Amino acid sequence: MLQIIRERWRQGFRTGEFPKEEPLMPPRFRGLPLFKQECPPGCDRVCETLCPSSACKQVDGRMVLDLGRCLFCADCPACPHGGITFGNNYRLGARQRQDLLYSGGEYPLAQPLEPARLKLFGRSFKLRQVSAGGCNGCEADCNVLGTLVFDLGRFGIQFVASPRHADGLLLTGPVTENMRSAVLDTYEAMPAPKIVIAVGACGINGGPFSHSSEVSQGLDSLLPVDLYVPGCPPHPYTILDGLLRLLDRR
Amino acid sequence: MKDLNPKLLKNGEAIPLESVATLDFDDFSDCLLAEVRKQGRVVACFGVPAAGEGSELELFALVARDRNACVAVYRTRIGERFPSLTPNCPQMHFFEREIAEQYGVVPEGHPWLKPLRFHNAWRPGADAWGRPADQHPRSGEMEFYRVDGEGVHEVAVGPVHAGIIEPGHFRFQCYGEKVMHLEISLGYQHRGIERMLQNGPHPATMAQMETIAGDTSIGHGLAHCQVLEALSGCEVPAKAQSIRALALELERLANHVGDIGALAGDVGFLPTFSYCGRLRGDYLNLTAALCGSRFGRGLVRPGGVLFDLDPALAGEMLARLKGIEGNTMGALELFFDASSVLSRFEGRGRLSRSVAEDLGLVGVAAKACGVPRDSRFFHPTGVYRHLFDDLITEETGDAMARARMRSREITVSIELLRRIGTTLPEGPIRAPVGPLKGDALAIALVEGWRGEVVHVGLTGGDGRLRRYKIVDPSFHNWSGLAMAMRDEQISDFPLCNKSFNLSYCGFDL
Repeated sequence: MLQIIRERWRQGFRTGEFPKEEPLMPPRFRGLPLFKQECPPGCDRVCETLCPSSACKQVDGRMVLDLGRCLFCADCPACPHGGITFGNNYRLGARQRQDLLYSGGEYPLAQPLEPARLKLFGRSFKLRQVSAGGCNGCEADCNVLGTLVFDLGRFGIQFVASPRHADGLLLTGPVTENMRSAVLDTYEAMPAPKIVIAVGACGINGGPFSHSSEVSQGLDSLLPVDLYVPGCPPHPYTILDGLLRLLDRR
Repeated sequence: MKDLNPKLLKNGEAIPLESVATLDFDDFSDCLLAEVRKQGRVVACFGVPAAGEGSELELFALVARDRNACVAVYRTRIGERFPSLTPNCPQMHFFEREIAEQYGVVPEGHPWLKPLRFHNAWRPGADAWGRPADQHPRSGEMEFYRVDGEGVHEVAVGPVHAGIIEPGHFRFQCYGEKVMHLEISLGYQHRGIERMLQNGPHPATMAQMETIAGDTSIGHGLAHCQVLEALSGCEVPAKAQSIRALALELERLANHVGDIGALAGDVGFLPTFSYCGRLRGDYLNLTAALCGSRFGRGLVRPGGVLFDLDPALAGEMLARLKGIEGNTMGALELFFDASSVLSRFEGRGRLSRSVAEDLGLVGVAAKACGVPRDSRFFHPTGVYRHLFDDLITEETGDAMARARMRSREITVSIELLRRIGTTLPEGPIRAPVGPLKGDALAIALVEGWRGEVVHVGLTGGDGRLRRYKIVDPSFHNWSGLAMAMRDEQISDFPLCNKSFNLSYCGFDL
C-alpha cells in the first residue's frame, strides 16, 4: 500500500491544461496545409495525378486540397513547384463535407450543434465507437482520450459499451463490405436524436483504401455525418478539439 | 525421398525466380514436412496464377531455418484440387484456407476448411465453397464447430465489441463457465490490400503498408521497404538503418507499455493502468518528435528514412527517455509486486511449448512458451547485426509469462534505444531506389512488437509486383489464443485476449 502511494506521488499530476492552454505540437507535426503561392501560370495540373489519394485539384488557378482525402504525407508529392507544406495547426474538425475543401486562408472550423441537440448533449455526450476496417491508428487516438492526460470525462464525454446508451456513433475505418451491416445496425440501435462522427481519412473517404472494391466511399454515403475529423490518423487533440467545438465548449 | 536442395535466401535478399526449381507436388509436400520436422517453420505460403494460359496455380512456400539465418524456398504447381498438408503440419492451416479463398482451389482433406476473410475469389467464377460469384459473401457465414449435450451452451460475441477495439467474432462452446472450445471468425476488417498490390507498387502503396496494422506502421512499412530495396539492389545508408531501428524499438515500447497498462485495467489494478496509459503516449510522442507522426507514418521510405536525427535531437530524445524510463519502471514494479495482480494472471491461458511450435506461433506469444523466435536475433538486418543479443524467453506460457515477456523486452528496448542514440553514424539518410528486377523473389522479416512481420514480393518480367504476400504475426497467433482458452473460465477471456493483444486488421488485410 505504501509503495502504491509513494509511486502515485512520484508519477505526479499529469492532466493537461487543454483547452485553457493550447497543446504544444512537435515541430515536425503535419497539420493544416499551407499553400505557398498561387499555381504558376501554365501549370499542367500534375497535382491531380500525383497525389496518391486524389486529394488535390486545381480550380481557377488555385490549389484545392480535400482534407477529407489528404493523408498528410511527409513526402507530399502533389505539387512539384513546392506549393504545399504542412503547418502545425491541429484544429481540423469540420461540420460539412465541402468545408474540407481547403485552398488556404481561414479554415471553417466546426460550428456547434443546433440548439435543440446542443441542449440535450452539451453537458453529457455518450459515444459508441465502431471500427469498420480501421487500422487501429484512429482507434488508438480515440482510446487515448480516456487516459489522464486528456481526461475526456471532465468534459462530460464518454465512450460507452452499448449503442443503446449512446448519443452518437464515432466511426473509424473505411466501412468495409464485411462491416457495413454491423455499422448500420449499430446506428439503428441508438435512440434518436443521434449524432454521427467520422474520424480519419478512411471514415471520411476511404483513406488509403478508397480504390478498393472492399470498402465504401466514405461514411456519408451511408449515414448523415455531423462532424468530420481529418487526418491519418488525426492527433488526439484534433479529435478532442472537434468534439468540444461540436458541443460549443471552445 | 529425393534429396532436393532448396534455394536458400537471407532476410532482405532477392533471388531470380528461375533459380527456384518447380517440384512435383509430392516432392514439395515431402520437403516441406521434412523441413518442419527439423525445426523449420512456414513463414509464408501463397499461390500465384501460373504465367500463360490455363488455370494452374503456382504455389510458393517459404520455410525459415532460424539456426542458419536463412529461408528455404519451395515451389510447385497445383490444379483445382490438391492434397492438404494441414493434417501433418498444423501451421499450414490458415495458409491453405487463404489460398482456397483467394483462388477457389480446394485443399482436400483439410480438417476445417472454412473461409478466412469472406471476400470473393480473385479468379472470377471460382469459389472453394460453391458460393454465388455475383454476391459478396456474408461475413461470419460458415459452419462453426459445435458441441452438443446437456449443460452445454454457446456464447457468440462480436463483431462489434464493448469498447474501442476492432471487430471480430468469437464463438465459445461452454459447459457452465468452462470453455471447451473457442472458434474465432475474422475478416470484418478486410480491405483487399494484397489484391490492390498487384502490378504495384502504386502511389498509394506506402500509405497502405503503413496502415496494414496502424499500431505496427513502422514494422510493416519497414518490411515493405526492405522488399523493394532487395528487389532493386538498393543499399540503405547506415544512418538510415539506425533511425529505422530506433523507430521500431519506440513502436515496441509504446505498445508493450500500453499492453501492460491494459492488462492491469482488465484485472482492475488502476495505478499501473493509469500510468501506463499515459506513458504509452510519451513513447508515441518521442516518435512524433522524430517524424511528426505518433505512429511513425512517413518516416520509413524505400531507400532510407525521410527525417534526419541530428545529435541535438537525439540528445533531447534520450534525455526525455530517461524521465519516461523512471516512471515506466515504477509502474511495472507496482504491477509485478501486487499479489492480487499475480494471482489473476498466473496459470491463466496457458499454452504448451509443443502447441506453440505446432501452430507456428511467433513473437511474444511464442517466446512466452519458451520457443525462441525473434528475427532481430535469428535473421538480423541493419544495426541489429551487431547490437542485438538479448533473446529472451519465458517458460510458463501463461498470461503472466506474456506480461513478463513484455516487461523484459521493455528493458531491452530502452537499452537498445540508448545504444543506437549514442552511436549514430554520420552520412546520408536515403539512397536512390532503382527499378525492380524482373522475375525475382524477395523476402523481409522484421520483428515487430507482436512478432515477426513477413513480406514477400514476387515480380513479373516487367518489374512490377506479380504477387505480394503479407504475413502479420497475428496470422499465426490467433490460433494460439483459441487454444489458450481451452478449459479456461469464459470470464477470463478478456484477460487472455489482452495478454495476446493480436491485430484484427493485420490478419484481415
